[in-house]
Amino acid sequence: MKSNPYNLKTLLDNKQLNITLQRLAHQLVENHLDFKETAIIGIQPRGVWLSDRIAQMVKAITANKRIDYGKLDITFYRDDVHQARDIQVPSQTDISFSVQDRNVILIDDVLHTGRTIRAAMDALIDFGRPRNVELMVLIDRHFSRELPIQPDYVGQTIDTIITQKVKVYWAEKDNKDEVVLID
Amino acid sequence: MSLSVKHLLGIKELSRQDIEQIFLTADNFKQVLQRPIKRVPTLRDTTVVNLFFENSTRTRLSFELAEKRLSADTINFAVSGSSVSKGETLIDTVNNILAMKVDMVVMRHSASGAPWFLSQHIDASIINAGDGTNEHPTQALLDAYSIREKLGDLKGKRVTIIGDIMHSRVALSNIFCLNKLGAEVTVSGPPTLIPKHIEALGVRVEYNLKKALEWCDVANVLRIQLERQHKPLFSTLREYALYYGVNKQLLDSLSKEILIMHPGPINRGVEINSDVADSKQSIILDQVENGVAIRMAVIYLLSGKREVGD
Repeated sequence: MKSNPYNLKTLLDNKQLNITLQRLAHQLVENHLDFKETAIIGIQPRGVWLSDRIAQMVKAITANKRIDYGKLDITFYRDDVHQARDIQVPSQTDISFSVQDRNVILIDDVLHTGRTIRAAMDALIDFGRPRNVELMVLIDRHFSRELPIQPDYVGQTIDTIITQKVKVYWAEKDNKDEVVLID
Repeated sequence: MSLSVKHLLGIKELSRQDIEQIFLTADNFKQVLQRPIKRVPTLRDTTVVNLFFENSTRTRLSFELAEKRLSADTINFAVSGSSVSKGETLIDTVNNILAMKVDMVVMRHSASGAPWFLSQHIDASIINAGDGTNEHPTQALLDAYSIREKLGDLKGKRVTIIGDIMHSRVALSNIFCLNKLGAEVTVSGPPTLIPKHIEALGVRVEYNLKKALEWCDVANVLRIQLERQHKPLFSTLREYALYYGVNKQLLDSLSKEILIMHPGPINRGVEINSDVADSKQSIILDQVENGVAIRMAVIYLLSGKREVGD
C-alpha cells in the first residue's frame, strides 16, 4: 500500500486509456459497420467526455463523417428527485435526429447502481422507439448493481465496495487522461 | 443547487443567482416542450393545488399545464362555489386542502401579502401567482426570460413599463427583476397612475410616452385595471388611448425598432392597438409560450426543498 493519504490507485493511465478507447471504438464498428442505422448518444454530464472521444474515433475508422451523435440529459427522469440533498440543475439535451427504428448506443463513463441507465432509457424512449439500445461504459463497477442492467461494451470491469469512488479524468477538462480508484 | 428560498412569494426575495438558475432550468423545459412527448416524469410523487381567489385565464392554465408537463397531480380551486363563500378563513381553507396530502400551493389572491401570511402558517411551498397590487413573480420572470431570448443578456438593456403602474403587481415584480439583472427601467403613464416616490425603486419616470419609447429597447405595455380603480384616475378610456395608447404610427415615428410586450389580457384599442399587438415587433405570444417553461422551472426547483418521507 502506498503512503498516500487518499489511497489512490490508478486503474488506467494515459496510454492504457487510449488503447481501451481504441478497442471500444473498434468493437462498435465491428458490430455496426457503416453506422447508417446506428446513433451514438452520450449521457450528460460525465458520459459525454467519453462519447465525444468514441464518436470521433468511430468517424476516423469508418471514414463516415455523418454519424448521428447526440447528448442526453436525464435529470428529469431520475428516481431520487426528492431524496437527493440538493436539487440538480439539468445539462443540455441535444438530439437533432430521430431515434425511431435506429440502433442506439448509450454511453456513460462509470456504471454503478444502474439507476442512471434506467433513467436514460426512459428519457430516450420519449424521443421515439429505437430498434434496439446498447450500453457502453468505460468502467463497470461489478457487484454493485441495484437494477438488472448489464453493459454491452466495457473498458474495464472492477470489483469495488460502495465507499470507494471511481474518478475519470479527461485531458479536455482536467489536463490528463486517467482513471483512478479512491478509497 | 436549490434556490435560496422555500417559497416564491416575490422577486424581491430572490437573488440574481436564483433568477439565473430559473432561466437555465427553463431553457431545458422549453426544449422538452418542443418534443413530440412534452412531458417528463420528475414530479410523479408531487401534488399541487392551484388556489385562485381571483379571476385568471392565462396564469391558471399556464400553471396547470406546467404541473401536468412535470407529471405532478393537480387540483384546482376556484373561490366561486367553494366554502369560502360560507365564511371559511384562508388558513382553514388551505389547512383542509393540505390535510389531503398536497405538497405545493399556487395561489392568487386579491389581498397584497396573502401568500406571505400563508407562508407563516403552513409547511408546504407556496408560489405566488399574483397578490393584490404587490407582486406577480412568475410573470416578471417570464417577461425577463422573453427579453433575454430576443436580446441576450439583460445587463444595460432599457425597458419602459407603460400604463397603470400604481395598481400593477406586474410592474412592481418587473422592476425588481429587471433591476436585479442589471437592466435600466423607465415607467411612463398619466401622473395619476404613477405612484409618488417610485424613483426610490431605482427607476426613471417619463410622462411623455414618445420620449419614453425613444429611450428604450423594450416596451412592456400594461393593462388598464379598471377593477382596481376605486375612483376615476383619468377622464375617459378614449383620452387615455389618445395620450398613452401604443399604436403603429407612434412606433413608426421612432428612430429604431423596439420590442413590444404585454402581460395580457389586452384591451385592444385602449393601451395597445391591434396593429401593434399583432405586429412582428410584438412578442406577446412568445411570453405566453415561455410562461409554461418558466413555471415548470420554478415548480421543479422549489420541489427539491421537501424533506424525505414528508
